[in-house]
Amino acid sequence: MKNFSRLIAIMRKELLQLKRDKLTFGMIVGIPVMQMLLFGFAINTDVRNLVAGVANEADSHLSRQLIADLEQTQVLRIDYVVASPDELESLLRGGKISIGIYIPPDFDRRSIDARRSAAQLLVDGVDPTVLGVANQIRNLPLKFDTIAGQKERASTFEVRPYFNPEHRSSVFVIPGLMGMILTLTMMLFTAVAVVREREHGNLELLINTPISTTQLMTGKVIPYILIGLIQLTLIMAVGDLLFSVPIRGSILELYIASSVFIAANLALGLFVSTVVKTQFQAIQVTIFFLMPSILITGFVFPFEGMPGIIQVIGEALPTTHYIRLTRGIMLRGATLFEMRMELLALAVFTLIAMVAAIQRFTKRLD
Amino acid sequence: MTSETEFAIRASGLTKTFGSLTAVDHLDLDVPKALVYGFLGPNGSGKTTAIRLLCGLLTPTEGSATVLGHVVPGDASQLKPKIGYMTQKFSLYGDLTIQENLEFIADVYSYPRRDRRARVEDLIERYNLDQQRNQFAGTMSGGQKQRLALACAVLNRPKLLLLDEPTSAVDPKSRRDFWEKLFALANEGTTILVSTHYMDEAERCHRLAILDHGKKVADGAPAELQAATGMSVVEIATDDTAAVQFELKKLPEIRSITQLGVRLRALIPDSRKNPVAFIESHLSSLALNSKVVQVEASLEDVFVAVTQDDEKLDTAA
Repeated sequence: MKNFSRLIAIMRKELLQLKRDKLTFGMIVGIPVMQMLLFGFAINTDVRNLVAGVANEADSHLSRQLIADLEQTQVLRIDYVVASPDELESLLRGGKISIGIYIPPDFDRRSIDARRSAAQLLVDGVDPTVLGVANQIRNLPLKFDTIAGQKERASTFEVRPYFNPEHRSSVFVIPGLMGMILTLTMMLFTAVAVVREREHGNLELLINTPISTTQLMTGKVIPYILIGLIQLTLIMAVGDLLFSVPIRGSILELYIASSVFIAANLALGLFVSTVVKTQFQAIQVTIFFLMPSILITGFVFPFEGMPGIIQVIGEALPTTHYIRLTRGIMLRGATLFEMRMELLALAVFTLIAMVAAIQRFTKRLD
Repeated sequence: MTSETEFAIRASGLTKTFGSLTAVDHLDLDVPKALVYGFLGPNGSGKTTAIRLLCGLLTPTEGSATVLGHVVPGDASQLKPKIGYMTQKFSLYGDLTIQENLEFIADVYSYPRRDRRARVEDLIERYNLDQQRNQFAGTMSGGQKQRLALACAVLNRPKLLLLDEPTSAVDPKSRRDFWEKLFALANEGTTILVSTHYMDEAERCHRLAILDHGKKVADGAPAELQAATGMSVVEIATDDTAAVQFELKKLPEIRSITQLGVRLRALIPDSRKNPVAFIESHLSSLALNSKVVQVEASLEDVFVAVTQDDEKLDTAA
């Protein structure tokens, strides 16, 4: 009972202070909305209307059909029709086109032979995204032609990503962005929490009261879980209204997963707060954690593409697990039970960070 | 039970070093209950460190202390509910109102819920904070902040109050009021340990210890200390204070000399008999109109007599 009143006292105080800190209060709403708008629109890996050139040396009915099909995907826009592959090469070198389609004279014959590729794609490999697109459309004509006899049964699923049929980036980016925004705001809240009180002298008074370290630390975390869930709601509302990001799984499970993730970041921030000496240092350390959370968690680059050691570091970051959870629950309709290992990883991280923070914080000054 | 003894604080050989600096040097202390006990010393004399050692915020390098029957810092957690601590720097929340700060402290001390409101009201009234109850603590004057800090420190009715230079940021009127509050608390049975570098405040204490470079150089009731300086105090009224001061500074027997308007005040060890004649004989050559009288030692004289002269120390070293 006594313990509870002390915990409540810290929580109430944190919320009161937050309410009076108008700028920070504004940031709770401002950061998610601004980031969503900026990144939701700006991070765009959709590839549409890549400029292409064609050298059709076959000039058969089948080859013209293939070119028409390619144009229909809207991935390519054929601006140049040339006579030879050499001309395609020079267009590529000059940066006039990103992809050159070369259809050899024996195209019709090659297309029946499943072991040989029927045509060639000359790709500007500088941009990996373009290369990725080429890899995708490569499958389209080949499948199509090897089963030319049963045209109506031919499936074109190779160019159609299952979970994002319209191939819109925002659908893929926003679940990751949720992790980003929560990492930044939540970690910052607690990273400055203890240092601020140390700088203002409040801590010397607090540690002279009967309050325990655990009460103090827990009391500083719980109010911000609520703040984090408010942010989450905002992000999802913007995601739904502006970007029509689906939530195929259970919203309740998404909130549960998010609560654990928020707690993980708050605990990490709290630990940072017990290590650093000034608020400025706290902000620097937060950014130090934020950078890898953006770069090596699968938010920007595919996790599978990273070298082993980087993957190990990535696995140690809570954001990695949260991005998997949000993409799973929101986009693939996965259940929390199916993704329990990710949730467990977050819970373990929270526990370790919280215990470390409590251990590091002493009620002494020396 | 040690707490049944007449002492609120007992310390022996209490020492704290920070690297090569010895902040508190073998401090022995017996603070009787229900008295106002002063720590008098210049800045850097170890007052704050000593107070922090006594409330268990710092671990002593050597020695030990028993506070209200609890050994610190080992039993600090049992001690915390029984002490009130007022830090040198204002340490309440500037972005909470007076009432909110008091309620927060009440909750942190787990003050009984149903008595909490009455206690907070009582303190607001007792420490004249009614006008400001809804004002943010950060926007108050020095005197108001100090009253709030004291109200928070006494909220849980501590048996011992530790006050670290509580009056350093307040005007003389507020200081007087503040000391009246302290005596009221002492009369109710609270032991108060207060550090200061103001002589007039030190004189108000029932007992005091003078700290210098981490060492306790004197302790006792102010009157006892004044009686036992081992120094004669001589005042010289003169037209040309500069010339007299110049002349007297040549004398190795004179422990210190300081100017008070048209008068000079000199400290001479008791070993020199008949100090007035001694001074007069040295001033005769100046042919000035001057008058020499022996006076009672003030606490400041005691302070000067027992603390080390930094200049003399430096030349000796």
